[in-house]
Amino acid sequence: MEQKPISSLQRVLTALSHREADRVPFFLLLTMHGAKELNISIMEYFSNAESVAKGQLLMQKKYHHDCLYTFFYAALEVEAWGGEVIYVDDGPPNAGTPIIRNHNDISRLTLPSVKDTPCLMKVLNATRIMKENVGDEVPIIGVVMSPFSLPVMQMGFPAYLELIYNQPELFKQLMAINQEFCVDWANAQLKAGATALCYFDPVSSSTIIPRELYLKTGFSIAKSTISRIKGPTATHLASGRCLPIAKDIADTGTAVIGVSAEENLVDIKKICKGKLTILGNLNGIEMSRWDAKHTIAAVKEAIIKAGSGGGFILSDNHGEIPWQVKEDVLMTMSETVQTYGRYPLVLGERE
Amino acid sequence: MAEILYEFQKALLSTDIINAKRILFEAANQITFDQMIETVIVSALENIGNGWEKGEYALSQVYMSGRICEELVEILFSSESRQKKPAPKMAIAMLNDYHALGKRIVYSVLRASGFDVLDYGRVSPEELVQRIINDDIKIILISVLMFPSALHVKDVRNMLNQSNVKIVVGGAPFRFDRQLWKQVGADAVGYTASDAIEIIQSLSAGGI
Repeated sequence: MEQKPISSLQRVLTALSHREADRVPFFLLLTMHGAKELNISIMEYFSNAESVAKGQLLMQKKYHHDCLYTFFYAALEVEAWGGEVIYVDDGPPNAGTPIIRNHNDISRLTLPSVKDTPCLMKVLNATRIMKENVGDEVPIIGVVMSPFSLPVMQMGFPAYLELIYNQPELFKQLMAINQEFCVDWANAQLKAGATALCYFDPVSSSTIIPRELYLKTGFSIAKSTISRIKGPTATHLASGRCLPIAKDIADTGTAVIGVSAEENLVDIKKICKGKLTILGNLNGIEMSRWDAKHTIAAVKEAIIKAGSGGGFILSDNHGEIPWQVKEDVLMTMSETVQTYGRYPLVLGERE
Repeated sequence: MAEILYEFQKALLSTDIINAKRILFEAANQITFDQMIETVIVSALENIGNGWEKGEYALSQVYMSGRICEELVEILFSSESRQKKPAPKMAIAMLNDYHALGKRIVYSVLRASGFDVLDYGRVSPEELVQRIINDDIKIILISVLMFPSALHVKDVRNMLNQSNVKIVVGGAPFRFDRQLWKQVGADAVGYTASDAIEIIQSLSAGGI
């Protein structure tokens, strides 16, 4: 009797339990590319839930990767707080002028209600459509900005760093309201059908703050926030380094860590083995000028370094593949992981 | 001198402005003004920048160190009535995107090293070129975070085609793709804020 092929969800769950399924799972974290599939502008694509859901479903069918991604663009969350979003033709919409321009603005912030915020409802609708289409076959990955990293868009990076260092009370106040929003927003996405949440937290990365500061700030905030999210989370550092804090991240209650191309997967795997599943770490920027040879080499290298024993999902290192990355590169990535990512891995010997 | 540098750097990394100021002002009895700028402040910022590149320090420490040094250098220059360093006229800008951290760090480090630099804030390629021409800028430092913004440096290069303006770029996309700066037609790339000092010194020595 022919065996029923394993679903993407089963494949991912097996990887998360640090075991080997049929092959290495891979997430193509595509956002804007859906607009290319539908032959519409980026702005038009993100203007309605149906387009995004359709784009995600088409891309998953085309590249056979193991997730759907409900992420529209990072600035969407600041839009929910009343911020400005600026569209460009060749990249993700960007956050405009910060909504917090002075310290008094922090106490004037009003917690956005998810159900009354059109941009958030759009994401929930897209999530529902995706869920109706794939059921439990393909995991649907939602996204939240961590309460600790959102202020980069709310107030600008320099002002936020000075707040962290110089204004502990105001910082606490901002974290409290951001945490409420993050929890509400995460749980609404889970309720709409998201399987898991990507908890984007680049400010916590060792690229941005030292470990001792992380333990006093991003770590404790992540721990208390994640404990209130009613589903699994993947912490993503959006290209930031993680090695000095990987063990701490495991203690926040997250299941997955999105890692940087600037760190060696072998070193990360040593620390994370049995504790955290690694998501990464193909270089998204370089990817835009890769040819087939480069693509195959990069995918094979990542699989050799981190694939053995499960606990690894192949992906880009940033959580959003640049608009400039071409379809044939994505297709080659897909074909390579399906050819060389089969368990038991024999790639090392072949090389 | 090594001990002063070590203690000063330690104070910067702990964002301890009071101690950093004390170390610098006590050092004024032992070393010259120029030594204080070059051998203590610039060296400390270079070490911290290089440490960040190697993963030893974090960007928040680079930023806060630059801000502290910028403040201290302003005090030093005003108390000594010194002139800023001679250098070709230069400006710094963010191209299209709103991520100001990288630009702010480089701006602080350059000012802390005694350079005068105009801050254009966030500008489009067209606005940038117009301001470069109006201000007769010789070196333009462009900081970006978003990949599309990095690609638009090429537009600036094309519009400045006939001029001798040197374009120096920096920011995450250039760190993740070490060939990108050439692809967009820049003259130099900096991976840390302190790289900017060396690049400016080298471009200045080239007689622009």
